[in-house]
Amino acid sequence: MYYQEEIETMPRADLEALQLERLRKSVAYAYERIPLYKQRFDEAGVDPYAIESLEDIKRFPFIVKQDMRDAYPFGLFAVPNSDVARIHASSGTTGQATVVGHTANDLKNWGDCFARGIYMVGGNEDSTIQVSYGYGLFTGGLGAHAGGEAAGCTVIPTSSGNTKRQVQMMRDLKTDILACTPSYALLIADTAIEMGYNPAEDFAVSGVILGAEPASEGMREEIRQKLGVQYCDVYGLSEVMGPGVAMECSASHGLHVAEDQFFFEIVNPDTLEPVPDGEWGELVITTLTRECCPLVRYRTRDVTRVIVEDCPCGRTHRKIDRIVGRTDDMMIIRGVNVFPSQIEQVVTGFDELVPHYQIVLTTKGPLDRVELRVETAPDFPFDEIRALEGLKKRLAAELKSNLQIAVEIKFVEPKSIERSEGKAKRIIDLRNQ
Amino acid sequence: MIEQLTVLLENKKGRLSGLCRDLADAGVNMHDLFVADTSDFGIVRIFCDTPKRAAKVLTDKGYRAVVTEVFAVRVPNRPGGLADLLEFIDEQGVNIEYGYCFSRGEETAIDVLKAADDTIESKLAEAGFDVVEAKEVYQLD
Repeated sequence: MYYQEEIETMPRADLEALQLERLRKSVAYAYERIPLYKQRFDEAGVDPYAIESLEDIKRFPFIVKQDMRDAYPFGLFAVPNSDVARIHASSGTTGQATVVGHTANDLKNWGDCFARGIYMVGGNEDSTIQVSYGYGLFTGGLGAHAGGEAAGCTVIPTSSGNTKRQVQMMRDLKTDILACTPSYALLIADTAIEMGYNPAEDFAVSGVILGAEPASEGMREEIRQKLGVQYCDVYGLSEVMGPGVAMECSASHGLHVAEDQFFFEIVNPDTLEPVPDGEWGELVITTLTRECCPLVRYRTRDVTRVIVEDCPCGRTHRKIDRIVGRTDDMMIIRGVNVFPSQIEQVVTGFDELVPHYQIVLTTKGPLDRVELRVETAPDFPFDEIRALEGLKKRLAAELKSNLQIAVEIKFVEPKSIERSEGKAKRIIDLRNQ
Repeated sequence: MIEQLTVLLENKKGRLSGLCRDLADAGVNMHDLFVADTSDFGIVRIFCDTPKRAAKVLTDKGYRAVVTEVFAVRVPNRPGGLADLLEFIDEQGVNIEYGYCFSRGEETAIDVLKAADDTIESKLAEAGFDVVEAKEVYQLD
């Protein structure tokens, strides 16, 4: 079942023709209406009216978060205030807040993008969606809300907080789809279990649409099991739109980017050159339909890769992998880009280990030395050294094949690695000391 | 079979003494202790009076501690005592994972072995080897 079958399953050639048509329009629109783009394009000597193919966009300069901060508040708005329907803002914890405006059309397209994900988890106009993202300047709550309304669902705007009431609502109102952050979904599941329910059996909920923070495969599986649901990972960022830029279908292998709305590239964050399909890099987005705040080659700082396959779900829009981190978190070890979440993915793939780890970086002569500290699971039969050495070998081989670098493994005693969800200190870099 | 307490320790200063103190505080009486070490961790194998309780106490304190089944054979204290035992096990086609010895008194030594096949214990008894029973090592809990 598709929300917009014609668009979502459009043959590639038609889709790319649509992208090109919209790209030409959008780039020229940005150039004509926003002085910053005019200045940048002129400086770079690129002609916004001479785009002949999708490849041509690669000649255009990038725009970054700092540009948006510098343009605060209205410097990147392409329409007069009378056409602005809503404004969202980022928290500004890392600097000056950024504001992003939306016209009525922008909001409609946003609702449609998110609604596609509702259909991906089996939802439709008969479904009840509970939106437990925070409502407000943050795009999570209102974005999911708009998606629910576009899909014709019954929307319960619980927002976040008051978890026991969330559980009660979920049970009494027979929520089919829960939309919130992964960590909040887990808290809701655990609270329901504490209250004596088995949500996987007792509740109607059959799908979750979760995003806005990273979740490891281990965490995703825990949520699937505890709630008895299909998991849809939703990607989005307030600068570009909000949740719904890319969503994960029932194949559970990558997120379909709404390519009729966004043109995306993956580039090497150091060289800014495109990487081959399948390689990790920074996601760069050009909006194709945005009216209020069009973006040309916005560097998201989010790291992902293209998943090259014909998706069994029938959608033709290309897929990206789960976001593995931010370019800010990237470590360069022996010249190789490594993200902590890549290591986490390997660790959580081993039942013999508990999902807590620490990475210690030191130098050994001219070389970087990487040590991974992990704990064995309580039921691991460590009595035989052979078992421990065997585990070590398998883990090292798996890390080597995933990261392309050798990692030394050290088994540590239980609880010697700090436990704190999300903000645990995973990386200890002693290389420059 | 005899229940042996096995503890995983980081190869770090003070860990073994900490373990022994924690066992002492719990009132566990150790009879024998054997450490197998690698560069970054050690596996401590202990015969004690209450292995199950000791494992639980240690786990609650945050150690990785398990109870492992091994067997022990009393061998005469003379040249070839151990060789005879190992040859027999070898003839049965059973692989030994690890082993260690300790002495109690002058006459005999006790060899503790972990084999890949637990049925070797009864075969040893049938063949006349002096297999040590659990109750000789600790109170059965």
